[in-house]
Amino acid sequence: MQPTSHAFKANARQALDDGVLRRALDNMRGGFPAKRLAAVNRLPEFEALRDAGKTIKDHVLENLDFYLEAFERNVVARGGVVHWCRTAQEARDTILGICRTVDAKTVTKGKSMVAEEIALNDYLEANGVEPIETDLGEYIIQLRHEPPSHIIAPAIHLLKEHVETAFRAAHTQLDPNRPLSEPRQLTDEARAILRAKFQSADVGITGANFLIAETGSTVIVTNEGNGDLTQTLPKIHIVLASLEKIVPTLEDASTILRLLARSATGQEFSTYTTFSTGPRRPGDLDGPGEFHVVLLDNGRTAMLGTEFQDMLRCIRCSACMNHCPVYGAVGGHAYGWVYPGPMGSVLTPGLLGVAEAGHLPNASTFCGKCESVCPMKIPLPKMMRHWREREFEAKLSPSAFRSGLKLWAFFAKRPALYRAATGLATRLLGGLGRGAGRFRSLPLAGGWTSVRDLPAPEGRSFQSLWAAQRATRRPHATTLSPVSRAAQ
Amino acid sequence: MSEAASARAQILAGIRAALKRGPLGEAASAPLAARLAQHPRNLIPARAASLDHAGRVDLFVGMAEEVQTTVDRVADPKDVPAAVAEYLTGQNLPAELVMAPDPALDAYPWADRPMLRIRRDRAQDADAVSVTPAFAAIAETGTLMLTSDPTRPTTLNLLPDTHIVVLRADQVVGPYEEAWTRLRTAYPNGDWPRTINFITGPSRTGDIEQRIQLGAHGPRRLHIVLVGAAAAPSAA
Repeated sequence: MQPTSHAFKANARQALDDGVLRRALDNMRGGFPAKRLAAVNRLPEFEALRDAGKTIKDHVLENLDFYLEAFERNVVARGGVVHWCRTAQEARDTILGICRTVDAKTVTKGKSMVAEEIALNDYLEANGVEPIETDLGEYIIQLRHEPPSHIIAPAIHLLKEHVETAFRAAHTQLDPNRPLSEPRQLTDEARAILRAKFQSADVGITGANFLIAETGSTVIVTNEGNGDLTQTLPKIHIVLASLEKIVPTLEDASTILRLLARSATGQEFSTYTTFSTGPRRPGDLDGPGEFHVVLLDNGRTAMLGTEFQDMLRCIRCSACMNHCPVYGAVGGHAYGWVYPGPMGSVLTPGLLGVAEAGHLPNASTFCGKCESVCPMKIPLPKMMRHWREREFEAKLSPSAFRSGLKLWAFFAKRPALYRAATGLATRLLGGLGRGAGRFRSLPLAGGWTSVRDLPAPEGRSFQSLWAAQRATRRPHATTLSPVSRAAQ
Repeated sequence: MSEAASARAQILAGIRAALKRGPLGEAASAPLAARLAQHPRNLIPARAASLDHAGRVDLFVGMAEEVQTTVDRVADPKDVPAAVAEYLTGQNLPAELVMAPDPALDAYPWADRPMLRIRRDRAQDADAVSVTPAFAAIAETGTLMLTSDPTRPTTLNLLPDTHIVVLRADQVVGPYEEAWTRLRTAYPNGDWPRTINFITGPSRTGDIEQRIQLGAHGPRRLHIVLVGAAAAPSAA
């Protein structure tokens, strides 16, 4: 898909005015975080498992070449093929090439964010191969010709009425008077329509949650079972995976699987966790005749060895966006590409460049919730700060912001002047705002006061209060009071 | 060098350059190869690991029922066909099913229920009910582990609306790690089954307004006939 991350501000403003989106996002905020918390509280070892998962992934990243080569050897030993692809274009061409070996007319697809990343559907369509999304959420947004707004719940921005409209428009062979207002009816209709598609597809494409070096297996985690039908019924199974999905052993995958579903949906375990190794064996009555793994780099190795390496531990659970106040307010489409929320704010600049996606790491309140719920303990806020630094160094931030920062730096480097200036400003604003206790508008602060009031200072700066308190205390009593700690 | 070979070489070289080193030598890769060969276990939660076998069977049943799997405990293997037939009657389902052509299922006296029409094959779209064995079951999360081979086609686990699994109590293990150990013992040469399905409850989706619907693409009902288990302990 064509990124619009550079237009984040306009996208976000539009999203904030969208009342329907508000209702849809309320469904999410009421759901995922509470379910996650209940699941985490039920497993006393959860915190220790986070450390174990982080250790595994850090170990893999330090030895990525070794494990990728081991994975390839084992895929080949079981009769599969590994295709190494540097770029999105190489991956698209590889997949199209495989489809053409069987003269494929249609391919079914399991949900894959990497496929979204390389815009696979558009490419297949342009080359005469019809891609059919089979995850219910992906199917809905494919009918609506829009990108996913969430990495595990792609249609989370929609209400059931949207789905009904999309189904009535697409499934014109069905009775136009059929009842279709309930999620149950919608689910049944999609099931019936897609069953026929599974049977007629020539190729099935899935993503992978894990690649196992030890066995050459690929792993998908779903609740619907669509990924399983996608890979079991057609002649060819293609797995599209980015190369950081690798883990050494089945035991390592099991450890991280204990974190994945709990962090994502709050389930103890997803309904279907499937390990696929090679093509069908001689004598098997079903399963694909060919097994291909398309191993995609597309900018990952460029993050290795940098301050963004930790991001490659991400297991795409979505906990960060589920808990993010910014995602919860603007939704996934505002981020303008495949990966929204905090993980997208770190990953997207890494994959698309800071010139395209520099707004995203700025769209954060730095509340730290994302890092605190991340099962892989990825320091997301810290990495957003790194991107802000890079943006500043590349002189990409707006000139008003840059000159404002310079002005602040001038005062900050001259403490006496800083105290005098802030003291004066505090007294002045405190005096002006004494009546209402707040300002509804203020020169130079329109960006703040256009949408909310600015509380008036009480007349003294923090530093002057601090100095006064220190003077009245005994010399050893230097612990902060709760009030001043909160103000830090 | 072909285009594909150069892509591979370039990706590996890029990784090594980023990690500021060359290819791993013998000394550095030996411990990694040993880690793969020994596949050490990581932290395992106490939930299932701390229980005896009866406790694990009870935990398995409890966890499975939480996610809408239904479980019927049958003490005597000869009662399995009756349990299957009665389940179908209770659900108002036809007494017609497709069953895995696995000789292990021949241990049950299906001929005792002549009204059950049984086909031994992979599943087709029209099949409403399937019966399969399991490889193992994981108590920790109420999860079935089903493996594919010529007698255990994967389609049986996915296509029919109702999936019935005949599980022996001695197949219930505590954590996932014990299931991997059993699999490695069963396939000592590493020639894994093509497909290993871990299944925890019937198919579901929350993609429309986060409201859970069962039977999204896979079975709507998942029923386990658990053979040889002692009766569940009373609540007291």
